[in-house]
Amino acid sequence: MTMGAASEGTKASGKPKVAVYKFSSCDGCQLGLLNLEDELLDIVGAVEIAYFLEARRQVLPPPYDIGLVEGSISTPEEEERINKARRDCKTLIAIGACATSGGIQSLRNWADVQEFTRCVYATPQYIDALETATPIGSHVFVDFELRGCPVNPRQLLELISATLIGRKPNIPTYSVCMECKRAGIACRLVRDDKPCLGPITQAGCGALCPQFNRACYGCFGPSEQPNIMALGDRLTKDGASAGQIKRMLRSFNGYLEPFKQASDHYEQLESEKV
Amino acid sequence: MEGEGALHLQMRGGQVEQVRLDIYEPPRFYEAFLRGRHFTEVPDITARICGICPIAYQSASCYALEKAMGVFDQITPEIHAIRDLIYCGEWIESHVLHMFMLHLPDFLGYESAISMAADHGPVVKRALRLKKLGNSIMEIVGGRGVHPVGMCVGGFHRAPYPEDVVALLPEVKACLEDMCELTLFLAENIEYPDLERDYEFVALCPDDGYSMNLGRIKSSKGLDVDQEEFGQAVEERHVEHSNALHSVIKGRGAYMVGPLARLNLNGGNLHPRAAELLPKVVKAVGKNLPWRNNFLSLPARAIETVHAMAVSVDIMEGYTMPASSRVAITPRAGHGGHGTEAPRGICWHEYDTNADGSIASAHIMPPTAQNQITIEEDLYIMADRVKDLPDEEAALKCEHLIRNYDPCISCSVHFLKFDRTWGEA
Repeated sequence: MTMGAASEGTKASGKPKVAVYKFSSCDGCQLGLLNLEDELLDIVGAVEIAYFLEARRQVLPPPYDIGLVEGSISTPEEEERINKARRDCKTLIAIGACATSGGIQSLRNWADVQEFTRCVYATPQYIDALETATPIGSHVFVDFELRGCPVNPRQLLELISATLIGRKPNIPTYSVCMECKRAGIACRLVRDDKPCLGPITQAGCGALCPQFNRACYGCFGPSEQPNIMALGDRLTKDGASAGQIKRMLRSFNGYLEPFKQASDHYEQLESEKV
Repeated sequence: MEGEGALHLQMRGGQVEQVRLDIYEPPRFYEAFLRGRHFTEVPDITARICGICPIAYQSASCYALEKAMGVFDQITPEIHAIRDLIYCGEWIESHVLHMFMLHLPDFLGYESAISMAADHGPVVKRALRLKKLGNSIMEIVGGRGVHPVGMCVGGFHRAPYPEDVVALLPEVKACLEDMCELTLFLAENIEYPDLERDYEFVALCPDDGYSMNLGRIKSSKGLDVDQEEFGQAVEERHVEHSNALHSVIKGRGAYMVGPLARLNLNGGNLHPRAAELLPKVVKAVGKNLPWRNNFLSLPARAIETVHAMAVSVDIMEGYTMPASSRVAITPRAGHGGHGTEAPRGICWHEYDTNADGSIASAHIMPPTAQNQITIEEDLYIMADRVKDLPDEEAALKCEHLIRNYDPCISCSVHFLKFDRTWGEA
């Protein structure tokens, strides 16, 4: 990922131009930017917000230095639009589970989208959706992927700062367990026998669910080197069914390869038991 | 519905022939993929329908499923209070975001709050502080403002810690005072365009207190139903130009949900701090309640923000850790319907569950979808008013009107694709 020299577009104000794009998503990750209340005025002072439909009408023409992309690709129109975004942005960053894994709507990838359409809409032929909902990285090269459902606004801030300066962002890929230990929380899996995905989930939330007396449900996606089978064996020993483990994995980041393979495996086990 | 919009105005011989508000929002099919999921997963999944009002989806899901599981009547007053508290946090964050960063720039002639901040820095800074308070309330109850993790079917995984509540209380009180001042500022210093219509207003109408989580659903034209029956009272239509279904009250027509509806139907039940401001606001804008002009949704939101802050103070001042944060549930086959008041209006859910606790079917009516037809009908009038303006200005006026509804397409409304065709008479 390179930042370095300012692009053509920054000549006017001298400030790097930032674009924020939305695809199929809930808007929560973009809202993370607006949730940096203490830093927001400094951010808009340091960069030119060139394209951010949630927040402003004025649009400056591309090229842009940084493009933040939220949402998955789930319609033909989006397939085209992401290609334009890639062309227009020097650095393209996917933010959030939808953009990095396909999000919860990737559940359609295991089903028949025609059937889904008929279930929800009285006149299905009016609806134009792709068979799958897929991450940005399946369509264009992405310079960085920031996990989370939603992203942690503080990680978003770190990412923007690092990109502007040209250094590697400090976004760890170890598991939530590290954050739990640092916060001094007794292990939900070991002490409380809760079905916790923390050991295989990437850190970034600050071990939020364990802090609220519940098991991690994996909203930051797989950690580095996740030992899913070992965790699966432990969850099974604690009484979880194959179907339950399948559903835990097939969730907000279910379409990412480690979770996808594992949930397919547990689906197989589930069907064998019937 | 979260995304892109386009407005088509078809003029013929100087008259408005047709108005179409197209919603491009890609369908995500929640009601389809919720089938087969366990009921305990539902609040976390439905939260992801909207990043701006996840609590609305979580609370409607929880109450509807608590009915299906037969435990609705066991939800304790302490749990209801904590649900109200986190909802107040969402109302505060969402209303302040909308009023000061999305809507006020329209009234003052700025393209965004970013440009507005250059001339009105202090007001924007005050707004950011109030918005942060909304998030802080949600954080002590649910961990984060977007997709909080605290709520579950049956109550909460953990009640807020009293020390967190005590630490935040002074800031809530300080923000309440500031919001009272800002409410009067908004009422007294803004020119509100006049567009009045005879709307049917629909809102939750509890016996005690203002609309939020509980109450029968009533309207200004005679609707009065139990929560469970609201789905039957409404007909949803699927039209070609919108991925969001259009709702009408059966036998009548379009209706309005949101702050104006709530204020008109429940103004008498506001918290005293908000109630005492109301006469001053009414005098300043020069219109008695009921308000039939949705440009007045701005002062309505301001009053509701004061209300939410004052209610938060009350809940937090009396707060102690409850004996239990959730009721036990035995899964069963059942049915439940319930709606709660998202910042932008009623968010209504209905579920059928199987004996093992899995979801058999789900039906969700978001607030903005319910307002769709009403927005188009308003635009019909606005289209006539702007017929002599150039496209750019006409588009701006139409966007401003749409923003009255604080739709979850607020984001895209900033660059609403606007096209107007002119035909011969």
